[in-house]
Amino acid sequence: MVGWAIAVHGGAGVDPNLPTERQQQAKQLLTRCLNLGISALRSSASAIDVVELVVRELETDPIFNSGRGSALTENGTVEMEASIMDGNGRRCGAVSGLTTVKNPVSLARLVMDKSPHSYLAFSGAEEFAKQMGVEREENDYFITEDNLGMLKVAKQANSIVFDYRIPTTGYESCGVGVESPIRMNGLPISVYAPETVGCVVVDSQGRCAAATSTGGLMNKRTGRIGDSPLIGAGTYAGDVCGVSCTGEGEAIIRGTLAREVAAVMEYKGLGLQEAVDFVIKERLDEGQAGLIAVSKSGEVAYGFNCVGMFRGCATEDGFMEVGIWE
Amino acid sequence: MVGWAIAVHGGAGVDPNLPTERQQQAKQLLTRCLNLGISALRSSATAIDVVELVVRELETDPIFNSGRGSALTENGTVEMEASIMDGNGRRCGAVSGLTTVKNPVSLARLVMDKSPHSYLAFSGAEEFAKQMGVEREENDHFITEDNLGMLKVAKQANSIVFDYRIPSTGFESCGVEVESPICMNGLPISVYAPETVGCVVVDSQGHCAAATSTGGLMNKRTGRIGDSPLIGAGTYACDVCGVSCTGEGEAIIRGTLAREVAAVMEYKGLGLQEAVDFVIKERLDKGQAGLIAVSKSGEVAYGFNCVGMFRGCATEDGFMEVGIWE
Repeated sequence: MVGWAIAVHGGAGVDPNLPTERQQQAKQLLTRCLNLGISALRSSASAIDVVELVVRELETDPIFNSGRGSALTENGTVEMEASIMDGNGRRCGAVSGLTTVKNPVSLARLVMDKSPHSYLAFSGAEEFAKQMGVEREENDYFITEDNLGMLKVAKQANSIVFDYRIPTTGYESCGVGVESPIRMNGLPISVYAPETVGCVVVDSQGRCAAATSTGGLMNKRTGRIGDSPLIGAGTYAGDVCGVSCTGEGEAIIRGTLAREVAAVMEYKGLGLQEAVDFVIKERLDEGQAGLIAVSKSGEVAYGFNCVGMFRGCATEDGFMEVGIWE
Repeated sequence: MVGWAIAVHGGAGVDPNLPTERQQQAKQLLTRCLNLGISALRSSATAIDVVELVVRELETDPIFNSGRGSALTENGTVEMEASIMDGNGRRCGAVSGLTTVKNPVSLARLVMDKSPHSYLAFSGAEEFAKQMGVEREENDHFITEDNLGMLKVAKQANSIVFDYRIPSTGFESCGVEVESPICMNGLPISVYAPETVGCVVVDSQGHCAAATSTGGLMNKRTGRIGDSPLIGAGTYACDVCGVSCTGEGEAIIRGTLAREVAAVMEYKGLGLQEAVDFVIKERLDKGQAGLIAVSKSGEVAYGFNCVGMFRGCATEDGFMEVGIWE
């Protein structure tokens, strides 16, 4: 028997000028989600059930970029994606291109448990959703005023949002009154904030699980897939740990970030925090990202190389922390 | 300066009763592709250009399961996917759900080089293809008589094709006159043979690259994505090596197979062949798969834990080998 541990995140890369009120709302949501998970863990729920439960809550709340409140495509619509992995057996499920599914992480779970495949996308995923009878809504249910505004700003900035960092043009006209604004993916962080959500859990049996969910990049091309639904990139869980990442999609994909944490623990014998620090430092090159992780021995850790990451962690011995900045 | 090396594959998991004529055709195609690559390498082409060139040839030829000759979805259509990775900088591109693009690997290359994203799928990928002006065909260009027949058999066998190995039912009625047929993905290998294609190259500068392309699983659900377009699973390339995998999709995804070869070289100091053997032995559990790999020092290697893999390898010092069985 091991002490359980849980971590949640709402995205790495935060506007340092984020209004205090929004910071408070974000911390309240993270706290609520942690408590939801803690409650379930105290009732001996399994890691895989807890990560799904918690990410559902994050998707349902419009605050972060997943489910309702997702970032918008260039066409002003929502295309959601998610993945989930059960460290116990390394089973996994993923979905992309969802337009009507209220809780993408739950559909990813159904792909894992109830479909003959590991990853379903776009109209095929939507069909599967209909067959499974999951809760569905019209696409505009997921669209918020906030994000409509962000999309407008992104388009005005006349920048294409990149998966990797390259110099942007036009940010000076994007309405952000900051000199040399901090940028991610080529846009000022006030316009583009990943806000992908995720949860990692190790339960009392020492089993790890991880799940990640997102609407993707603001102003993305329709059909664009990021790191969140990709096993080994945005999400990974094995015997030794569970990991969920957020940040610049290409950096996470080319760095196979989530798998990397586990790989250095397995092959270099690093402990969890060491592994997280190593990966953030060595695998990202110029990319910006963050991640949360738990280990089979009840530890929890996080790391990020950008300005801020919305996160919260808790362990069975009573430790609990919610934060945004370093 | 390093001796260049190249390997190609046409799928792991081969029907031991494959007619000799088909075995010959397959070996001729592999030989032709190797020679194409060798020619380019002798003209100092870069690894990334060579893998694209060779995979294009494999896609164009109807023999294996990619481009024309792709496996069919449950609806009798073709949905193709591919990924490509340049070890020099670890840049990558991927596509899924293509229905009209003659050479998926080239669209994946364009995603990497000319789009703001890393992975495009379904209608978004098709739109990008139109904008890029790549060669396109009607979906039925990709459908062959052979595969229409296979789809019929798969449906008659009344089995769903799984991404992971579970006991199959109904194979006794699928018309295969073999007792206890070898199965992959729940179907007898005579009906289902992955035949995904791929190429890995290390050029004279010691740069590695990898590319993988496929039509996916026979009788798959529309929208199903396999391992081939997933960076770290079906394809990976970095400073130390380039890898392309084939076989049971879920096994490759949950094992992050392609990245694993590089990880054990980087973190455990294994040589290329050791790494390939280790990964095939330790990371597949009950899954069946194979892979080809090259290292920055000009080595080439392959491994598989199933019956047969269509492959060919060559190195600058004149070594050349094409094979199917152990």
